[in-house]
Amino acid sequence: MSAVVENHHDDHHHGPAKGLKRWLYTTNHKDIGTLYLWFSFAMFLIGGVMALVIRAELFQPGMQIVEPEFYNQMLTLHGLIMVFGAVMPAFVGLANWLVPMMIGAPDMALPRMNNLSFWILPFAFFVLLSSLFMDGGAPNFGWTFYAPLSTTYAPPSTTFFIFSVHIMGASSIMGSINVIVTIMNMRAPGITLMKMPLFVWAWLITAYLLIAVMPVLAGAVTMMLMDIHFGTSFFNAAGGGDPVLFQHIFWFFGHPEVYIMILPAFGIVSHIVETFSRKQLFGYSSMVWAMLSIAILSFVVWAHHMFTVGMPLAAELFFMWATMLIAVPTGVKVFNWVATMFKGSITFEVPMLFACAFIVLFTLGGFSGLMVAIVPADFQYHDTYFVVAHFHYVLVPGSVFSIMAAVYFWIPKWTGNMYDERLGRLHFWLSFIGVNVTFFPQHFIGLAGMPRRYPDYALQFADWNMVSSVGAFLFGFSQILFLFIVLKTVMGGKKATSEVWEGARGLEWTVESPAPYHTFTVPPKIN
Amino acid sequence: MGNKKKIILKLSGAVLGMYLFSFLLVPLYDVFCDITGINGKVTQTKNAESSITVEGREISIQFISHNNEGMPWEFKPSERVSKIKTGAMYETSFYAKNTTNKMMTAVAVNSVAPSNAKDFIKKIECFCFQGGIDLMPGEEILLPIKMVVDNELPKNIKNIVLSYTIFDSNLEHNITTDHDSDHVGS
Repeated sequence: MSAVVENHHDDHHHGPAKGLKRWLYTTNHKDIGTLYLWFSFAMFLIGGVMALVIRAELFQPGMQIVEPEFYNQMLTLHGLIMVFGAVMPAFVGLANWLVPMMIGAPDMALPRMNNLSFWILPFAFFVLLSSLFMDGGAPNFGWTFYAPLSTTYAPPSTTFFIFSVHIMGASSIMGSINVIVTIMNMRAPGITLMKMPLFVWAWLITAYLLIAVMPVLAGAVTMMLMDIHFGTSFFNAAGGGDPVLFQHIFWFFGHPEVYIMILPAFGIVSHIVETFSRKQLFGYSSMVWAMLSIAILSFVVWAHHMFTVGMPLAAELFFMWATMLIAVPTGVKVFNWVATMFKGSITFEVPMLFACAFIVLFTLGGFSGLMVAIVPADFQYHDTYFVVAHFHYVLVPGSVFSIMAAVYFWIPKWTGNMYDERLGRLHFWLSFIGVNVTFFPQHFIGLAGMPRRYPDYALQFADWNMVSSVGAFLFGFSQILFLFIVLKTVMGGKKATSEVWEGARGLEWTVESPAPYHTFTVPPKIN
Repeated sequence: MGNKKKIILKLSGAVLGMYLFSFLLVPLYDVFCDITGINGKVTQTKNAESSITVEGREISIQFISHNNEGMPWEFKPSERVSKIKTGAMYETSFYAKNTTNKMMTAVAVNSVAPSNAKDFIKKIECFCFQGGIDLMPGEEILLPIKMVVDNELPKNIKNIVLSYTIFDSNLEHNITTDHDSDHVGS
């Protein structure tokens, strides 16, 4: 006990504890950020291997490698792991590392809850992955787990899936509460809301979205649990329930969820674009308003995921127009990024390469999103590979590229070492080519009518599927290079200056590299 | 820091509120569907007789029957298509037979297409109003429907499809019908 007290009396330069305990007991936002990022990377690789199983099976028509039942499990787990295990924890990790440093706070507001919200995650995914070895196999109903497929017809392991979703939800909710309290309460004097860095703004909005929709997801899986075990019939037509209700509840969560996975990316890209254009960001306040309006609109568009369930025309029109309305604030953001680059003295270091690829490819994914928003056209696109191509374009070269960009951009601050620029560029180009070779052909086979989620397909889709699989393996294996680059940077490399990037803006660049274990124990002075 | 506690409390309240809201969506959805007729369920209409007025135009009405997965009964409409007059009482029936050698209880759920015809179909009697249909092994039954299509039916609707699906209410995952019996009846 006295040792603990003594530690507190130590001055601010004391380092972290040694060994495994440092990571288990840590309440330091930088340590927890690191944990989140490594966890996310591990999940990214596991989910990636599952994607490669899927693409290997689809390399040629006919059943070659896995059983259809196992294929369905891979498909389901790939989606769940990438959404809840890779993308979301990566953004939470970035928030942990960056939000306190960007607003001049010494740490997150609720450090112990921060520790808890990370350490329950590995258990959630252990439970989810262990279902692979249970009788009846892992969940096999797709990441959207539509009832009654996920209730009446589901394998017994569904109960474990439900609990793991509960844990993930609890983790996200605690993380969001932490982010909001930190941002609301711990900004250095002088940082008003409209002076906050955009990544902080993006996360503030994201955290509110999480608080609004994660409980709805928890409610949906709880209803599933009750339908399976307690004889209720929320989603069972024979008992007076309605399976379509499940889709409404799921997408009421699901649509804000897709913005949860892209808003932090908007923040990251804004920082990178302004830094490497050596200009102030164009249209700061319009960026904030755009994110706010996207977040609000995200609550009134959910039914565009389910146009084919048989809705009245008026509802279809409403959801179509509301969806298209989102293109307006999104367009404002893309315009502002391009306007920031306009007449800037741009250099293309790796973070900027990823950010530029983000802007182009995310916009492309946005346009295919507009296509699927058109009701009459969506009846053709629904549940085809066109949809698969659409959401992978916004998630992989969208969210995932932004996370990679963020890692390259801030890793000198985290480790004190510059990454290897040549290897980084190689990683970028391999990923860029890999992503496009994988997902662009899926537009074609989708428009030609190939349905999603099947382990086999008609012969006319064979060529583009083969191309897509080749691209997937290229993209997948180039991430091993990414792992190597990150490890190499952690081990050593050219020393980074405090500023790291010429003319970089933001408080995080005022502390030395690597960032000391404790930063801003005294609030910085803001002009 | 009082401020900090206040924010945490508010946010936790929001989390709890949204969790409850997700359950509130269940009745809200029913109410919403009831008002708008989105899911095409016809509920028992109170003063259905008042729609019986002068005979209006002729429309075609079609009956479809479905057996939900795992439901072994024989189940079919007595007549598949009829020409009927709006504003006039119409009676028909469905035939059901328990083909198994055990006593079974079935539940019927109906649906109307096009869904905007829903408000104009007034059912006076329907087997789908009852909670469950009990049949002994090998027993057969004629299930009656008495209805009238209101004269106000939009002009563009010339065909109405009434679909009935029967479920085995004893199936492992299915539940007793009293969970929400007026719903089942609808």
